[in-house]
Amino acid sequence: MPTPPCTDPVVLNLWHPLSAVAETAAGQDHTTTLLEEQIGYAWSPDAGARAWRTGATQHQLPTLVRYGYIWTSLGTPPKDLFSIPEYDEPDRRNMNASTIGVHVSAPRAIENFLDMAHFPFVHTDVLGSEPHTEVVEYDVDVSAERDEVLATRCRMFQPKASASSSAGAEVEYVYRVPHPYCSILYKTSGDDPGRKDVIAVFLQPVDQEHVRAHLLLSVLDDAHEDKEIRNFQQSIFGQDKPILENQFPKRLPLDPRSETPIRADKSAVAYRRWLSGKGITYGVIPAGR
Amino acid sequence: MTRTQPGLPGRAWHPVASSADVVLRHVFQGRLLGRELAVWRADDGYVNVWENRCLHRGVRLSIAVNDGRELKCQYHGWRYSNRTAECTYIPAHPADAPARTICNRTFPVVERHGLVWTTLEHDRPEDLPVLPERGSQLPLRAVTVAAPAADVVGALRSYDADDDLRLASESDLLLRFDGASGPGLTLLVQPSDATTCVVRGVLHGVDEADPDVSRLTLLRLHNRALNRLRARVESEVGPLEPGNDEPELELVPEELAELPPATRPGRSASLRVRVERKWSAGVDVAGFALAPLTGHLPVAQPGAHVDVHLPNGCVRQYSVVNAPGEDDRYVLGVKREPESRGGSACLHDTVREGDVLALSEPRNNFPLRRDAEHTLLVAGGIGVTPLLAMAQTLAHHGLDHELHYFAQTEDHLAFHDRLAALGDSVRRHCGLDVAATTARLREILAGHAPGRQVYLCGPGPMIEAAREIAAECGWPVEKVHFEYFQNGQEIDKDSSFEVDLARSCLTVQVPPGQTILEAVREAGVTMPSSCEQGACGTCIARVIEGEPVHQDVYLNEAEKASGEAIMTCVSRSASPRLVLDL
Ligand code: FES
Ligand SMILES: [Fe+2]
Repeated sequence: MPTPPCTDPVVLNLWHPLSAVAETAAGQDHTTTLLEEQIGYAWSPDAGARAWRTGATQHQLPTLVRYGYIWTSLGTPPKDLFSIPEYDEPDRRNMNASTIGVHVSAPRAIENFLDMAHFPFVHTDVLGSEPHTEVVEYDVDVSAERDEVLATRCRMFQPKASASSSAGAEVEYVYRVPHPYCSILYKTSGDDPGRKDVIAVFLQPVDQEHVRAHLLLSVLDDAHEDKEIRNFQQSIFGQDKPILENQFPKRLPLDPRSETPIRADKSAVAYRRWLSGKGITYGVIPAGR
Repeated sequence: MTRTQPGLPGRAWHPVASSADVVLRHVFQGRLLGRELAVWRADDGYVNVWENRCLHRGVRLSIAVNDGRELKCQYHGWRYSNRTAECTYIPAHPADAPARTICNRTFPVVERHGLVWTTLEHDRPEDLPVLPERGSQLPLRAVTVAAPAADVVGALRSYDADDDLRLASESDLLLRFDGASGPGLTLLVQPSDATTCVVRGVLHGVDEADPDVSRLTLLRLHNRALNRLRARVESEVGPLEPGNDEPELELVPEELAELPPATRPGRSASLRVRVERKWSAGVDVAGFALAPLTGHLPVAQPGAHVDVHLPNGCVRQYSVVNAPGEDDRYVLGVKREPESRGGSACLHDTVREGDVLALSEPRNNFPLRRDAEHTLLVAGGIGVTPLLAMAQTLAHHGLDHELHYFAQTEDHLAFHDRLAALGDSVRRHCGLDVAATTARLREILAGHAPGRQVYLCGPGPMIEAAREIAAECGWPVEKVHFEYFQNGQEIDKDSSFEVDLARSCLTVQVPPGQTILEAVREAGVTMPSSCEQGACGTCIARVIEGEPVHQDVYLNEAEKASGEAIMTCVSRSASPRLVLDL
């Protein structure tokens, strides 16, 4: 379905990911789609990143390189991106686990990322298993000062929580949503119970109903090869994809009466309110329409 | 969206699937006037046509699991019942019974001429076309055409399957052809959306002399002809932008959009049922099958009870014995109580098959968790009724469980057929005296381990004993669930105190002799209730401030000690003032 290019000022002014640096051949031009526009980009170790709207004018767009990705903006972006302090810890392994196209809006994909209740049904015997389906009470906070949604004390029984775990255990998560189309989760590390593995999803909105999902891992794992860790995350994401592509409507409805939330959806309810409060219109169905 | 396309006549009912599409344990995805439909047949033969969308997060139900009785959504496992599309279980909150009003949108269904018909319009009487019934009917393979219905109807006028068909009449997206010597044909155009339709055909008067060969030949002949027609129409019409006609989605009721649970209805007898069958289900136990006078009955979740309003004016609670998917009637078991105050005697002696009774909607204050690794169900006598419903549910879901059934003699065991169907999971304990019962309970409850839950229902002394033994065996109170038939305690009504209703901003006085429930209702606040003796849990209220004096048998010790909830039909206040969340 043809949709008009983005006119939502909130979304235009955001930083958006284009590609993992590790997958960008140095010194060559590449193209990708962002908010229905063709964007060219290039990267090299010396010159850093560049991005431009393709076409007649070589109009330069602002760029950033953060967390292993090239970011750009079609409007006037903030000075910097949200922070992930763990990324810089010396003993972590940082990698782009995958970049996958999904036929869904970015906010629907964020809600999926925040959602624990689907583990036993969608990630059966990996991240959850029946009959352990209960989502116990957790805390959600919208920090005004940091302008992000924070969910803490999220606990779920997991038969095999990561590539490095073999037995079942209750796993504790923390979720952050510091950007309308980006989310970060922290989960108990199999190797070091005192610290947490970090998994982040950065969604590149191709249009209102398509994303490229970039998955960042920052883990404490000495035992597994990159490939194994990647395969694990890719297979998880592969289980979500068909569900997301069968959600209707594809844009996220912000009217509280369009779907039926339960207590387990507290974080999604807060996320929807937060989006409404920002006045976002792209990738959502605003309330009162 | 466009409901009726310009120039198209207004028949309200359309075919959306062929009977052959709704095969066992499958969900078929249909489309009508831009609206997606999930079409599925339950094991009892009933065909459901629903909005193709889970109420929770909008996932298509056409990818849900059809377990023969319910659809189970792929995303978070919500279950929706055959017929009513009511949500029966939300796995993320296993201890809660879903608010009964979480109900998907259903459309009326008629299955006829080998096709499944429905209408999107409210209250439109059946206006199905009448197809000739002469000889046998044979539905053709459906063919989807990417063109507006009007163009397809136009092309079908010159439909030519290389035989002797002649267009006899045309109306409302329907063309009828007579066969000079062979069978006649009706072609129906199902308007999927503004730019797509499905052509469905039914041959009538098919010669059965050589069924195999002639049927197959006919099907092939018409399939080829329809495919030729499709290619022709599509090339004439050219590529079309798919219709941008996303249908309006119905909003869910206000109370479901909020996170707190929905409030429950009062003690009302909103259902009318007919006694379809009455039988002896065991010594002194009468079985009743109650069918709706019209329409469907709301689904009873395992553990639920209904209030039966009897012809003599009594109101009594009975647990519903139904298994999952058994949703066309309620099955109750009624024990004749020797000192009956008019409830069980009336049902045993006066109520007959064919009589009409008034019921409340089912209410579930004894919900079954389905997240245990092992569930123990312990029944004494007629206390088996809610536990039978639970055992049948656990069996249907393939969850590990045991049903221990204590009774006076073998003949006192009720519902033999259901017990037999449950097989090995049923353990019968007959003819035990008090000491032997206690010893047996001790054996049964000895095996506490994490991941186990126990449900108790039976006479008061037996539940007391079982709860004590469970505590001794190390069962935490929150894993021991129980339901008393009645409250055997003396209820003290002598105190007087004041109750503040925080949400209604009202203060009411509760004088000696009156209950909180009565005083609150007198003040004009509606409150649900059912047994009104502190056993069923319906009239529960949250305590914000004050010190309740509990006189019920519904709350467990920990809940009573916390002072956070009160049964307003029997309990009172030790403090001069009680603040309730009402
Ligand atoms: S979307 Fe169907 S159960 Fe959540
Ligand atoms: Fe997932």
